[in-house]
Amino acid sequence: MFSHVVRKLLQSIPVVWGVVTAVFILMAVVPGDPARLMAGQRGDPATIEKIRHDLGLDLPLTQQYTKFIGELSRGDLGMSYRNNERVAAAIKTRFYATARLTVWAMLLAVTIGLTTGIISASKPNSPFDYTAMFVAVSGVSAPVFWVGLLLLLVFAYSLNWIPGIGAGDGNWKYLVLPAITLGVRPAAIIARLTRSCMLEVMSQDYIRTARAKGVKESAVVIRHALKNAMIPVVTIIGTSVSDLLSGAVLTESIFAWPGLGRLAVEALVNRDFPMIRGVVIVMALTFLVANLIVDISYGFIDPRVRYEGEK
Amino acid sequence: MEANPIRAEAGESLLKEAWVRFRRNKLAMLGLIMTLSIIFAAIFAGVLAPYDPKAQLAFTVNPALKLAGPSMQHPMGNDLYGRDILSRVLHGARISLEIGIFATLVTIMIGVPLGAIAGYMGGVWDDLISWLVNVIFAFPFILFVLAVVSVFRNPSLYLVFVAIGLVNWVALCRITRGQFISLRGSEFVEAARALGLPTWKIIFRHILPNAIAPIIVQTTLGMGGIITLEAGLAYLGFGAQPPTPSWGLMISEGQQYIARGQWWWSIFPGIAIMYTVLAFNFLGDGLRDALDVRQKR
Repeated sequence: MFSHVVRKLLQSIPVVWGVVTAVFILMAVVPGDPARLMAGQRGDPATIEKIRHDLGLDLPLTQQYTKFIGELSRGDLGMSYRNNERVAAAIKTRFYATARLTVWAMLLAVTIGLTTGIISASKPNSPFDYTAMFVAVSGVSAPVFWVGLLLLLVFAYSLNWIPGIGAGDGNWKYLVLPAITLGVRPAAIIARLTRSCMLEVMSQDYIRTARAKGVKESAVVIRHALKNAMIPVVTIIGTSVSDLLSGAVLTESIFAWPGLGRLAVEALVNRDFPMIRGVVIVMALTFLVANLIVDISYGFIDPRVRYEGEK
Repeated sequence: MEANPIRAEAGESLLKEAWVRFRRNKLAMLGLIMTLSIIFAAIFAGVLAPYDPKAQLAFTVNPALKLAGPSMQHPMGNDLYGRDILSRVLHGARISLEIGIFATLVTIMIGVPLGAIAGYMGGVWDDLISWLVNVIFAFPFILFVLAVVSVFRNPSLYLVFVAIGLVNWVALCRITRGQFISLRGSEFVEAARALGLPTWKIIFRHILPNAIAPIIVQTTLGMGGIITLEAGLAYLGFGAQPPTPSWGLMISEGQQYIARGQWWWSIFPGIAIMYTVLAFNFLGDGLRDALDVRQKR
């Protein structure tokens, strides 16, 4: 088990390096002079030159790169071009809002997706199954920002059940619609996958054996079938993190949610490159960590995985 | 080309068999009909649309058409400038399909050759390409595309589909790679190698035709993702620019009026996106079953 964890950790190092370097290159080839942007219309050549020197933009690219990596390893993501703010500090204040949103969305998605998938699989082709799968396939196909607007239209503006946009100082009522909006797609994917995996597992011999032994049907489903059907579902939960972070960019824009996604869009509009760089790196690292956790958890769910590569 | 009656017949019957399976699948046929209807709308938007999608009828015809709700003359209502939303939705099919097709072409041009090289050559090539795939997979797709688009000052539609293709190829690359790994040891490949054929010929003329089914399925399923992604970009203001009748852009333009109960500007284009994505998903799932593509590791 320990070597499994270590191997997974080592495998992610070149990917992390690639992510960081790709972002650096992308931002380095951007046309336009950030120093001129910061100095604004009134900036005289001397000021621009000074800003350029302060930012280290007068150094050759290779030196800028080593400086960037050095600072990054100390958790320093540089200064925003727009306001006198450290990028790392801005990200830290926004990270919590995104984490709160995505974690709730994921919890919703897993709970609803798993339950729906299991019920659908235990009564295939029933009215419940048809309805659930119709809703699920619509959920996979609808764009997340449109789902958000639809929910706003129905629950906030027509029925007045829930407040509209904003974060409302952490009041949970403001969290409901964004979390549902963001959770719809992963919930639909998980429901569809759970259903098909459960159906496949339920036709296996060991399930017939368990039934023949007289095990209660609920125990057959939960103890025998679900455990094996979970393996592909756990994979999807890992890859959903990427979906969730992409979805957060859009969801936060609709609901004026003060998270990383909105920070990134604002930074893109302002062409604030250190900020974009910082947010993209943090999001990519979040995704890698989430997938590392999923990869490691396979070792617990499926003992076969632990030995793969050790042979 | 020399005649090879046996091979031709076998190929034909395989396709015929797939078509029989496809036709029996109701959802697949529904997907095909839906897809054809979108293509039809895109080609004949100019004839089908009752009004010019850019005509600001509130200024030219009747000021009462400003944000007018659905009516007999305008089944999907009018927007702030009195433009007919139905006409804009029909023309929007053109934009979505255009981007879908061109971004898919970019995706195929990058994903298939790289996947083929990684799978067939193995070794360092495989390590390098798989590393690149993992790196790109780690980025939230929309942010990466946004970052690429934002590099340029004037985002044109060409830029959008090139940017989408630049990140979208990774899924196709993985699938192609898997196919090539499972086929590279087959006897017909051994035979081709024994005949001394050049590597590129083995890859493209001998293995690729045998690996094409999963590539077709993935490409069809991917169309929906591309169309949604483009809509998201346009929604955030980084894709199609006004007054282009892009679905994502229309949703974004209309969203502030939703709070006032004027929902039609945003809601109808969203239904159009959902319809299109559903069509490609049904079609792709149907093709998978018909072509008998099993998910292999």
